[in-house]
Amino acid sequence: MKNRYIGKPLRRNEDARLLTGQALFVDDVHIPGMLHVAFLRSDHAHARIGSIDVSAALERPGVVAAYTAQDLGDYWQPGPLLVPPPPIKDIVFHACTQVPLVRDKVRHCGEALAAIVATSRYIAEDALDDIVVELEPLDAVVDVERALEPASPRIHEHIESNLAAHVVQEKGRYETAARQAHRIIKRRFLYDRGVAAAMENRGVVANWDEKSQQMTIWDTTQAPIPIRNGLAAMLGLSESQVQVIAPFIGGGFGPKIMMFYPEEVLIPWIARELKCAVKWIEDRQENFFATTHERGQVHEAEMALSEDGRILGVRDVFLHDTGAYDPYGLTVPINSQCTLLGPYRVPNYYSEFKAVFTNKPIVTPYRGAGRQHGVFVMERLLDIAARELEIDRVEIRRRNYIAPDDFPHNHEIIYQDFAPLTYDSGNYLPALERAVEMIDYHKFLEKEKARLRAEGRYAGIGIVSYVEGTGIGPYEGARVTVEASGKVCLVTGVGTQGQGHYTSFAQVVAEQLGVEVSDIRVITGDTREFHWGTGTFASRGAVVAGNACHAAAKAVREKILKLAARLLKVPEADLVLEGGRVQVKGKPDQAIQLGDLARQANPLRGAVTPGTEPGLEATAYFGPERGATASGVHAMLVEVDPETMMVEIKRYVVVHDCGTVLNPMILEGQIQGGVAQGIGNAFYEQLHFSDNGELLNASFMDYLLPTALDVPPIETDHIETPSPLNPLGVKGAGEAGAIPTGALFVQALEDALSDLDLEINEIPLSPQRLFELVEAAKLERTVVS
Amino acid sequence: MENAPLFSVKVTVNGQLFEREVEPRLLLSDFLRHELALTGTHVGCEHGVCGACTVLLNGEAVRSCLIFAVQAHGQEIVTVEGLTPDGGREALHPLQEAFREAHGLQCGFCTPGILMTLIPFLQEHPQPSEGEIREALSGNLCRCTGYHNIVKAVQLAAETLRHG
Ligand code: FES
Ligand code: FES
Repeated sequence: MKNRYIGKPLRRNEDARLLTGQALFVDDVHIPGMLHVAFLRSDHAHARIGSIDVSAALERPGVVAAYTAQDLGDYWQPGPLLVPPPPIKDIVFHACTQVPLVRDKVRHCGEALAAIVATSRYIAEDALDDIVVELEPLDAVVDVERALEPASPRIHEHIESNLAAHVVQEKGRYETAARQAHRIIKRRFLYDRGVAAAMENRGVVANWDEKSQQMTIWDTTQAPIPIRNGLAAMLGLSESQVQVIAPFIGGGFGPKIMMFYPEEVLIPWIARELKCAVKWIEDRQENFFATTHERGQVHEAEMALSEDGRILGVRDVFLHDTGAYDPYGLTVPINSQCTLLGPYRVPNYYSEFKAVFTNKPIVTPYRGAGRQHGVFVMERLLDIAARELEIDRVEIRRRNYIAPDDFPHNHEIIYQDFAPLTYDSGNYLPALERAVEMIDYHKFLEKEKARLRAEGRYAGIGIVSYVEGTGIGPYEGARVTVEASGKVCLVTGVGTQGQGHYTSFAQVVAEQLGVEVSDIRVITGDTREFHWGTGTFASRGAVVAGNACHAAAKAVREKILKLAARLLKVPEADLVLEGGRVQVKGKPDQAIQLGDLARQANPLRGAVTPGTEPGLEATAYFGPERGATASGVHAMLVEVDPETMMVEIKRYVVVHDCGTVLNPMILEGQIQGGVAQGIGNAFYEQLHFSDNGELLNASFMDYLLPTALDVPPIETDHIETPSPLNPLGVKGAGEAGAIPTGALFVQALEDALSDLDLEINEIPLSPQRLFELVEAAKLERTVVS
Repeated sequence: MENAPLFSVKVTVNGQLFEREVEPRLLLSDFLRHELALTGTHVGCEHGVCGACTVLLNGEAVRSCLIFAVQAHGQEIVTVEGLTPDGGREALHPLQEAFREAHGLQCGFCTPGILMTLIPFLQEHPQPSEGEIREALSGNLCRCTGYHNIVKAVQLAAETLRHG
């Protein structure tokens, strides 16, 4: 049957509320008598605490309470390890997780030392100045390579060094491949830190109601259910006493999936201590220090190739900067390790990484979650190989793609979901060919480039491939109810941060029930409504929760048909569900409205057959056996201004394959937004730390996000290779836009500046950095010649 | 450490007159959001860069995080809530409608500020070029959309407003 709702670019259910200022965000929650919290944060990155004296702060009118680590008693506990290390042979992993308030030693700048509670946020912030802190600054560990030197200061004294983890994964024998190779390419690659910078900062409101003994928490989290379960345990409450609501969230992108941030643990505790409502809203500067970061890695990689450019093997040894703590386990570096393989056949692979503690804010997934690094290394190696072997960049990729009949493709290493890295399905060549055609790759290289160069212009082209592991388990759930009004209510456990779930999930349900998408009310992110599930991360919403919605809707459809068949006295097979009613095929006058059916399924009097469940409602769960692998190709045309080194993106093309598309409008939005973040990551955004570990550019004045002038229109096209791992055939798309952009940027820039034989092996860049690299390349040329 | 003296502020917001006693340092953004409960105006940076807090002050787009509430004394303010006085129950403003149509918002956090930036812009530029639209948007950060659909929404709105 042809889809009626799935695959249509329907406008979003949630937009009217957002556009009129009626949508509830965490900072919009107001409760009478609510108190406000501000945190005193360390200016030092590494320091031993002498004393923290809050007595003067308590004198200030309007201050209600002040807390340091000592005041927390047994509640003071390091946070839980959120993701245990995967079952990889000989893995070394030291869990050192964040603490609610610093007790003995500061480990990164911005770590919270004390909390002030006052009648207004202004007074709470004033009172921070009254706190007297004595501390002894220590040498900071900033550089990830020096962190492992024996002489380096140690961040966590109970472990021997700053090594957080050591992981080796191997497939085949790289050495053998290297011995047989015609050419070995060997390089060092750098990828530096940035922030997710969701427009909404984090925030928590907690309200303890002493009479009903209930805790209600509004939290800007991507994972309300695990937060509820964890906080109930920490507070010694029953899970039924705690309700966590993730209302509208102003962008997540990963850092809001980090759980049990210090503030998240403290605000509910304070609310219970003071028996009232308490609010904390992060400001932008705090967001730079206290919300997690991503992206610092140093890779030493090599690739063994045959004469015709086929990959015989890859060896990659890298350091991953995990920051001061590692609560998120190894998700990010494992993603780098696995995603490196990309859409290519790599018969031999040796990958080793060390995760390293530094005195910098914590690293947890941010859109892409380590996949960027892997893609950057692989695509760079292929670019350099192509140049050295004199093979076209597109051709070398084509030669190395996994063939369409080679799926499922097992890479024989362990992925972040603890299962072997196995691609479910894929067909890479059509996307490459489509991208080549859309950007007019050959014409540009054969004609345009030389023509522009003759005019004194530096234009270049880039084209890269990637895969993205998406939609990992364990599971999500959904409940679908047909109400007496004939409208449908859909509840799911995942929270939503702008991905359009209110619409795409409704489309999945509408497909089964034949009701209008606008007649489906979607509720997400409220544990009182649904309390089984994990959260929105790893591009899994559409895959895992989407399929749970599908399963629940199917079950309701069966109930509807069964009941209607009984009432209309016809076989189920003769019924159609359409326009909010059930109708006998070909007999429009023999029909019954869904609302009537719902009422009949929930009678107020009379007997029902034993064993029947009331209502037209079903709850279902979906857990994929493993992740679904999406893929794509990005291509870009750039022009570099040789004076200022500003880069103008002339065209940007994305051809993407994420299986069945639920709503192409929303999908395109996800891709465009992802690319914009990728562009920021590649050319605008970089965190700068001093030698003491202070963050030097913690504001939007100094840390540049791309604006409407920097992000070009993104031209997109789609290939649909459905995933065999779920009934809808979907693969995730949330991160795809952001993953290959760095690799694409450097390739296109090298092409634009090909006169100079420039090789760029780092991200992020900036006009200044590009200028330095160009000057260095010029210098080298004069020295050589 | 006495609390600061309070000042009386009288402002017209979305056509309604409000009078409140406030501290002189209270930001207009906080005044709107927390004193008047008009939480449609958002704050993303509180240092004048992101534009999420943009409102109209006497018809001009301003950043309410860079103005004190007392500075708005005696003046007229319009917030996003003022674009559709009934909360959009009946109909959305053509600009809002265009954002919905063109998928010009995702999380929607930046959106109120962007709408308020565009209202006077579209009055002054009934037929804006793409370049002018991008220039007008360049003081508003959006982390979700990549801007392109916002540009399309503005083009669409301009068309409706011209023919509407
Ligand atoms: S909050 Fe006012 S400009 Fe960002
Ligand atoms: S829609 Fe999320 S910041 Fe613009």
